[in-house]
Amino acid sequence: MPSPAPVGIDELQEALARHAYIADRPLAVAIFLALQLRKPLLLEGEAGVGKTQVAKVLASLLNTRLIRLQCYEGLDITTAVYEWNYPRQMLALRAAEVAGESKEQALRDIFGPEYLLKRPLLQAIENSGDRPPVLLVDELDRADDEFEAFLLEVLSDFQITIPEIGTLHAEEPPTVILTSNRTREIHDALKRRCLYHWIDYPSAEKEAQIVRTRLPGIDEQLTRQIVVFVQDLRTRDLYKLPGVAETLDWAEALIALGVRSLQQEVVDETLGVILKYQDDVQQVRALVPSILEQLRS
Amino acid sequence: MDEWNPQANRPPPAYGGLLIDRLIAFGRLLRDLGLPIGPDQTLDVMRALRHISIDRREDFKLACRTVYVRRREDLPIFEQAWDYFWAAGWHGGDQRALLPHRVRTLKLPARLRRPPPTDADRQMPEQERKDQRVEIRLSYSSQEVLRSKDFAECTADELAAVQRLIADMRYVIQPRRTRRHAPQPHGRKIDIRRALRRSLRTGGEVVSLPTLDRKQRQRPLVILCDISGSMERYSRVLLYFAYAVAASVEHVEVFVFGTRLTRITRLLRQRDIDEALSSIGRTVQDWTGGTRIGDAVKTFNFRWGRRVLGRGAVVLLISDGWDRGDPELLAHEMARLQRNSFRLIWLNPLLGSPDYQPLTRGIQAALPYVDDFLPVHNLHSLEQLGKALSAIGDRRPERRQHSGHSMSV
Repeated sequence: MPSPAPVGIDELQEALARHAYIADRPLAVAIFLALQLRKPLLLEGEAGVGKTQVAKVLASLLNTRLIRLQCYEGLDITTAVYEWNYPRQMLALRAAEVAGESKEQALRDIFGPEYLLKRPLLQAIENSGDRPPVLLVDELDRADDEFEAFLLEVLSDFQITIPEIGTLHAEEPPTVILTSNRTREIHDALKRRCLYHWIDYPSAEKEAQIVRTRLPGIDEQLTRQIVVFVQDLRTRDLYKLPGVAETLDWAEALIALGVRSLQQEVVDETLGVILKYQDDVQQVRALVPSILEQLRS
Repeated sequence: MDEWNPQANRPPPAYGGLLIDRLIAFGRLLRDLGLPIGPDQTLDVMRALRHISIDRREDFKLACRTVYVRRREDLPIFEQAWDYFWAAGWHGGDQRALLPHRVRTLKLPARLRRPPPTDADRQMPEQERKDQRVEIRLSYSSQEVLRSKDFAECTADELAAVQRLIADMRYVIQPRRTRRHAPQPHGRKIDIRRALRRSLRTGGEVVSLPTLDRKQRQRPLVILCDISGSMERYSRVLLYFAYAVAASVEHVEVFVFGTRLTRITRLLRQRDIDEALSSIGRTVQDWTGGTRIGDAVKTFNFRWGRRVLGRGAVVLLISDGWDRGDPELLAHEMARLQRNSFRLIWLNPLLGSPDYQPLTRGIQAALPYVDDFLPVHNLHSLEQLGKALSAIGDRRPERRQHSGHSMSV
């Protein structure tokens, strides 16, 4: 039988906590494996459960650079990978012409690395620091199939081919975190390259811990009330349930307003911080008294 | 000091062959249960185990889960399979556990459930079996008659012919311009990269300006089809229609509803339509029951809208509007549906009859939020629909600003 592993998931979980990220065991295992197997980790979950935060925290934990690629429809190679610096190329050509230099030489020169604009994916592959960076491909579901196909190529070999220069390999593959809000299904071929984890809404206990960690010094009673309130909302029939991000925003707002304990009036005034649809606000407004009632009992 | 080094490797523990065999068997079980598992994943699990102490049973399970499961829906299947498979004794030895003979609560995939072909099936050649379906050759004039005949008034033979004609129809939705650019002569944007590369041939002189333009892509289509009792005479034909659409349009999502909403997109992918329909019949529980359109639309909005209404989707809501639910809820949810779709088309079979007037409470509540209100009672109306879809335009239709709180978003 194997010897018990001393360096491992527990240590990772603690390290994450030191960086103000409270990860439950399943998430810690997923991150741990992504690091050990050097595979991309696809995180799915509702908006505001801390998917993007994982990448940010990992970068600071591994003491390396975070390279972020925000996805959108129509994202293409020129914004995701590289682009030639055309104005500079043209100027160089003209300058060579004026100086009477050989045009052939100038034409060769302008497709050199100094005329290359490196976009996030290329930066991540061609790492300049001494540690491989953390690459965050954020909200992948917003990109289109074409980009997904392209990403697939990059993530399977960690290499990028630029016709004018050649193929660039990553010496050490970057740590890759992909996130998706699931506005559409990510293609299976891409998923197969990745480890997968679904981040759920946290339990009340964990959520309170998150609030305390992120907003040190917050009143304990207020924390408890906020968390119970938000957790209650998540059991309701709302179009958009509040995420942890909303909980934190709300807590911060309440602190800024000098609130020490939830009251009907202040809840009504600040509902817009946690609910983003008017229908939901109206529905909840009617429920506030009964939820507050529960809080006190 | 806060650094954490993932590469602090330990020597790989030597697991016995037994564990590997069991992992492979477990992977096979998952695959049989419908999870897309390939050999590369089993390899990944092996690799993962080098970094994980399997003494901590929970970690072992989580590691397998992280590698094997790629969709949230599969999580419960994994959990059940796990409990079943490893329950037989953690420390191994019991080879009987390899055989998933006790999986009762798990839903087995169709190919495992289907009874083996009988002798009669085997003897009949494929072609003949196909011909067994009603074969009607139609003259031109009988086709004309059939085209304008209400589905509800068709005889069984005519219906069979109608269904064959529907199956041959192909639908095209007018494409939308995406945000992605591609080389295109006379495009709207100059392709500087190609221009510069071409100029190399002419010694750095830019002679021609190649252009780019936005790529075209078909819009996604979402069909919500009422299969409640009042729609009985139409629903089967309309499912044929949905099947034909799903076969010809790239991104289609199909849902049916009576009192509750069921997604049948995957079921419609089967190659044989009759088999697809019978599996729908088994899956859908409220076949020919009452209708609560509002609840169905609400379920759609809450559970599916965000996932299938992206990229300028066109929505077809097929219903006769006989609704036993709350009209206010229906209005509210139709408003939401309209806001989230590029075009919302209500197809009503009753609209084919000349004296029909949309007076039921359901229709009254929903109509203000519908972009088009069209008939769907005969082949002719389906062709008209096809034409409408192929010329759906580049913009959302002008929509009235509705007063009232539901519209204030």
